[in-house]
Amino acid sequence: MLKGDNTASLLSMRGITKEFAGVKALRGVDLDVVAGEVHCVLGQNGAGKSTLIKILAGAHQPSGGEIFWQGEQREIPNPVAAIDMGVATMYQELDVVDGLTIAENIFLGHELATGGVLHRARAARTTRQLLERLGHGNLSPHREVGTLSAANKQIVSMARALSHDAKLIIMDEPSAVLDAEEVKNLFRVVNELTSQGIAIIYISHRLEEIRQIGDRITVIKDGASMASGLSVADTPTPELIRLMTGRNVEFVFPPRRELPADAPVVLDIDGLSLRGIFADVSFDVRAGEVVGLAGLVGSGRSEILETVYGARRASSGHVSVDGKRLRPGAVDRAVTSGIGLSPEERKSQGLILDEPIFKNVTLSNFARYARGPLLNERRERAVTREQIEALELRPADPDRPAGTLSGGNQQKIMLARWLVHGTRVLLLDEPTRGVDVGARAEIYALIRRLADAGTAIVVVSSEIPEVLGLADRVLVIGDGRVLHSTPATEIDEHGVLDLVMKGTAA
Amino acid sequence: MSEQTPTTVSESAAPTQAAPPEKKSGNAMQRLLGGAAGRNLGLVIALALLIVVGAITAGDRFMNVENFLNIIRFASIIGVISIGMTFVITAGGIDLSVGSVMGLASVVASLSWVQAAADQTSWLLMVAVALAVGGAAGLVNGIVIAYGKVVPFMATLAMLVGARGLAELLSNKQTQIVSQQGFLEFFRGDFLGIAWLVWIFVIAAVIGWFLLGRTTFGRRTVAIGGNFEATRLAGIRVKRHLVALYVLVGVSAGIAAVMMLGRTTAGTSTHGTLYELDAIAAVVVGGTLLVGGRGTIVGTVLGVLIFSTLTNVFTQNNLSNSVQSVVKGVIIVVAVLLQQRFASRPGRSS
Ligand SMILES: Nc1ncnc2c1ncn2[C@@H]1O[C@H](COP(=O)(O)OP(=O)(O)OP(=O)(O)O)[C@@H](O)[C@H]1O
Ligand SMILES: [Mg+2]
Repeated sequence: MLKGDNTASLLSMRGITKEFAGVKALRGVDLDVVAGEVHCVLGQNGAGKSTLIKILAGAHQPSGGEIFWQGEQREIPNPVAAIDMGVATMYQELDVVDGLTIAENIFLGHELATGGVLHRARAARTTRQLLERLGHGNLSPHREVGTLSAANKQIVSMARALSHDAKLIIMDEPSAVLDAEEVKNLFRVVNELTSQGIAIIYISHRLEEIRQIGDRITVIKDGASMASGLSVADTPTPELIRLMTGRNVEFVFPPRRELPADAPVVLDIDGLSLRGIFADVSFDVRAGEVVGLAGLVGSGRSEILETVYGARRASSGHVSVDGKRLRPGAVDRAVTSGIGLSPEERKSQGLILDEPIFKNVTLSNFARYARGPLLNERRERAVTREQIEALELRPADPDRPAGTLSGGNQQKIMLARWLVHGTRVLLLDEPTRGVDVGARAEIYALIRRLADAGTAIVVVSSEIPEVLGLADRVLVIGDGRVLHSTPATEIDEHGVLDLVMKGTAA
Repeated sequence: MSEQTPTTVSESAAPTQAAPPEKKSGNAMQRLLGGAAGRNLGLVIALALLIVVGAITAGDRFMNVENFLNIIRFASIIGVISIGMTFVITAGGIDLSVGSVMGLASVVASLSWVQAAADQTSWLLMVAVALAVGGAAGLVNGIVIAYGKVVPFMATLAMLVGARGLAELLSNKQTQIVSQQGFLEFFRGDFLGIAWLVWIFVIAAVIGWFLLGRTTFGRRTVAIGGNFEATRLAGIRVKRHLVALYVLVGVSAGIAAVMMLGRTTAGTSTHGTLYELDAIAAVVVGGTLLVGGRGTIVGTVLGVLIFSTLTNVFTQNNLSNSVQSVVKGVIIVVAVLLQQRFASRPGRSS
């Protein structure tokens, strides 16, 4: 299975433990990586995957255990040491600097310079080559990163990892923000790297990706390795799920219910445009209906949601909820009219990382629990506890700062926020991004339950099967236009991709 | 290849249950010291040390009730401004104009025709005028920042310069003596033997503490400082709230102006010069994060008291202002270093 014949151990982590003020994130993990392989690390949200790779990247110090690099025991006191050793990391939460250009981000910390004078032209040239290699030659090295979409930021982060002359590249959920096309690109690059003998540690919650790209698998559960070095080819998916969750998860989409013929239109979008981004988008969503927006990254799906929500001011067209027209560009009005948005970038747009879970959950409705101006934190904690139960959010402590939660659990906070708020219309941008298989099934079931209770739901997802499985009706978006609208049962993944390709070519 | 054969850990060898949130006593201590109580404890210890130094070097001149009341009276004006400042800094902003707005408010409230009008009605008119001037300046700051999208540093720097200039124009750079009898009498008086200046400070501190920690207004303030965009997307009217915050700090400068008029019995355009720096220093030393997202009124009060105790100890020992400034600078740096050391922000540990 291994590409190349160099099977000497590159990295060996033995009995790694890590304790954060009172939380045992890792209780003994082993990880062995050989040169030229794609080693997948699997585990549920909060299992400790990111913690493990942060230890390897020098971002965290282990509480115990040993690390061997090419047979030699090593300490990794800081990120610079890891990079010098030959480990480059793409972190799960985007870690690019918005105010800098693409080239500046890529060479941040290892600037091309002589005597302090930057070689800007050379940096730009190298950057262009890296971007081309990733299939994004169209991005200018001088573009400010803050203006990029989440997917393109991920590309920058990837280019940065490539810019280091690494023997091991860690990718923590790189595909979470990428669409099918981009993932193909990513895999092409991964294959190229492994054939040069570079090893990859690959983390993803999408098991079909592991099947496609992975060589071996290490499974972590509750901070301990359950299995290390499993061969991908010999391990069936249900077995993986059982190792990860300790139970058997039925991985199916919840059944749809026939929409009653008289279900009222709740959300009505009419000729909505945002100059330069999308134009003339019209559709409506009825009570109990789930509408999915499918399309490539950059097709304008997130922007459509944000404009409906009022986070961006539409240049023309309007949005109505229950027949009442909303003022464009006024989020607070949208929220009072009953719209909720779970944004794409939970870290920068969704959460207050230093604040406890419960304040994040009640961020949009804490005033409702208050007596006049007086906060009622006891009730806020109580409703948060209910959501923690319902969504199996971990750790189950309303006072834990949101920033210390694993990625998937942070996503659950966003859902919990709108569940406690109670909305007529729910706009979900990548609702299962970074969410593990078990929780994913729960979130699908939850979305369907909300719809059955009469909520109108719009879902954007880069995973086409998710849109098709979850939605009642699918809108295919390309180049900022609605290319096609159809019941989800009447189209398949190929159909969607065909439409997208045709639409964008036209 | 043989050492890479798959190894599957049996189900029983693995931890049987998900880790419950652990609360061990060792960590309770850690939590306490890392938390708000711990930070305040550090400030209390610093204050206690200063008092010990004062007692040793100045003896009975320092250690008497009268002197302690002096220290608090000395702290009260800066204290009120610092409480307002805590709010804007917690929300991720800053107000550099508080000192000159205070000067302007003191000038306007002591203009001869205002005093004359107060003679006809009540001395409270002077108070109302000072608060209105402070509030209006804050309103301008807030609108320019929230709706004009000017960074707070620049907007309030402009106000700092502008308000001082306006105060000079209105007063012809003359000191305006307060002759309004009701006003003078009130500030000569006391309540339970304690000067009104001190009471105003105490009341402002209690209201500020309550507002920041216990009300929806405070929650919004912290949220905006913690993540502006997330707060906006949660449906909170962030712009309106920003304006309210700058009005609040402006009004606190207005209150400070009234207190200054009461203490000095004169209004002048130079009142409050450099107070913005003292206030910011007290707020930051107190443990409020300069980047926003965390604020503490108790810390601010302790910060103000530390600085005024320091000044008192130095004066009692006849040390120069310059030495005092050097020590103040050192304290600010040390306090900020300690903050980073002991109160590292969650999510960014180790
Ligand atoms: N800085 C921190 N302080 C306290 N606890 C932390 C910190 N970082 C992580 N944890 C805890 O450690 C555990 C493991 O988190 P980690 O981020 O490694 O999970 P993960 O396997 O990467 O999950 P996901 O798939 O959701 O990304 C979680 O319980 C998390 O709450
Ligand atoms: Mg993770």
